[in-house]
Amino acid sequence: MTDVVATNETILVVGGGISGMTAALEAAETGKQVVLLEKNPALGGRTAQLYRYFPKMCHPICGLEINLRRLKANPRVLVLTQAEVTGISGSAGDYTATVKLAPRYVNENCTACGACAEAVKTEVDNPFNYNLGKMKAAYIPSAMAYPQRYVLHPSIIGTPDAEAAKAACKYGAIDLEQKEESVEIKAGAVVWATGWQPYDAAKIQPYGYGRYKNVITSVEFERLADPHGPTGGKILRPSDGKEAKNVAFIQCAGSRDENHLRHCSRFCCMASLKQTHYVRENSPEDGKSTIYYIDIRAIDRFEDFYQKVRDDASVSFIKSKVARISEDDNGNPVCWGVNTEGYKRYSNAHDLVVLAVGMEPSVKGVAIPASIVADSSGFIEADPANGAIFGAGCATNALDVNRAVQSATAAALRAIQVVNKVARAEV
Amino acid sequence: MSANQEMAVRYKNNFLKEVEQQVEMGEWVKMCMQCGVCSGSCPTNFHPGWEHPPQEIFMMIRAGKREEVLSSPSMWMCTSCYNCIVRCPRKLPITHIMHGLAEYAYELGLAPKVQPTKNLSKLFWENATKTGRINELTFSLGMYFKDAEGKINIGQGIKKGLEMQKVALGLLKAKRLNLFEIFGGHKCKDQKGIHAMLAKAYALESKRKGRHVG
Repeated sequence: MTDVVATNETILVVGGGISGMTAALEAAETGKQVVLLEKNPALGGRTAQLYRYFPKMCHPICGLEINLRRLKANPRVLVLTQAEVTGISGSAGDYTATVKLAPRYVNENCTACGACAEAVKTEVDNPFNYNLGKMKAAYIPSAMAYPQRYVLHPSIIGTPDAEAAKAACKYGAIDLEQKEESVEIKAGAVVWATGWQPYDAAKIQPYGYGRYKNVITSVEFERLADPHGPTGGKILRPSDGKEAKNVAFIQCAGSRDENHLRHCSRFCCMASLKQTHYVRENSPEDGKSTIYYIDIRAIDRFEDFYQKVRDDASVSFIKSKVARISEDDNGNPVCWGVNTEGYKRYSNAHDLVVLAVGMEPSVKGVAIPASIVADSSGFIEADPANGAIFGAGCATNALDVNRAVQSATAAALRAIQVVNKVARAEV
Repeated sequence: MSANQEMAVRYKNNFLKEVEQQVEMGEWVKMCMQCGVCSGSCPTNFHPGWEHPPQEIFMMIRAGKREEVLSSPSMWMCTSCYNCIVRCPRKLPITHIMHGLAEYAYELGLAPKVQPTKNLSKLFWENATKTGRINELTFSLGMYFKDAEGKINIGQGIKKGLEMQKVALGLLKAKRLNLFEIFGGHKCKDQKGIHAMLAKAYALESKRKGRHVG
């Protein structure tokens, strides 16, 4: 049985991505007790799935490593993975959350040696790579995974594969008797940092995502560029494994659209500008990027990043939202539309089309087990009616990593004020 | 002063305002963000008559290109397929705006002289409002015996009629066409009431838009 010591002076952080980790650490480093919950088997969220950050083009594993070091050094944060909140009762300063803990089937003895993965034969979709590749059903979620422990996929439990994994483990780390459990956690304040999900591109019917193999999303493109990704960092197109040299980026795929997401997702322009770097690095001689856009929203400090991409001869910009995509005989996606600059019609074939999909809050349409005020896009509003449940990061707005961290720090400060009042350290 | 001159004076150089007040659904024009999805989705793609795509028409309205917009054949080319409305990210009722612009241009006498859609619409409206029911026989005859400029052309009518002979016989057989319709055909009971209703609606609409009842 998992033992959780928590009081109404504890801060509960829901979601272990960059925002949740930040909120948890900021609060813990001021001396507060924090419980950090993560639904997946490892921390890091979608940030860990990026190849590089803009604008400095550094690797997310670097930023994550700093946070993981802070986390390991801090005894005040209790991390629970594979944990989901199913209910919250109480009010500000006195909440009780019911948390469901899914079994990992691997205990603390695990040394991440990988013997179980070698013994297991079943392969399952790899969600870390947005299902672009397969992985063994005994797996470590990613190279940077924290906790650095293997997981058994629930689909093999009760099969000979699970027994094989158990037999292969030299450390007695595999425990097939683990069961799902439910724990109650007390908290004075809750930080809700459940992040975002890429908008379902298949809903944008004229773009043919799901029908045409060489139409992919921007998050999938991140995985293609990443050396830890399914193609070892080579940008190979899904249909025939050919190197994609002529890549199109379609902005506002789902965003700023009353039929899809009403809001501007803010990060997608910068993400595509960043991804033109990947194309050039992959094919320095003949790599070509084309950005189809309504207007480029490289917000505030990012204007110079945009200008540099503008000056790059391998990148062209077409001011037009693509109306539809078809596929030619060679499997090349063809973009159709009318260029707003001159109102000329075009139909351009590319090797690969990347849809810069919008950001949808994970809380949208999901019954948050507490009463929360959300805006018309489903993002959590900063509303007094929420009591001491504070949104952080992409649960509150369409944000890039930098802004998500700012938002998380703000949420941590609000939560700290509540538990200080509970402790009568503040009035 | 013609209706056209009167409106030009009333709205001076503010064509956008004129469209907002005079054209059906014209108040939506300012919502266009020039993304181009409507133009790219239009099935009249590359048709030579489709001079300005909807997105360009909206920009021309904002730029005050009054004569160019109202005398353009473009909005008359709309086939009402509604692709643009379905895909518009701002939910502009583009099809309706195209029809609204065409109606307004016609009202001001600026619509192109030779325009098949205009001729068809006019013929249909006159046919349908006469008795309250559309008379298929006189309507198709009207189509055959009028040339592109709307003038009677007997030779063309006979030629077209013969071309369509097979279809007509099929329709007769299926009782979809009745030759006795030539004597007036089926009609609504209260024709006077319908005419009065349409006149009243026209007067109300003209008053609302500040137009003179012509």
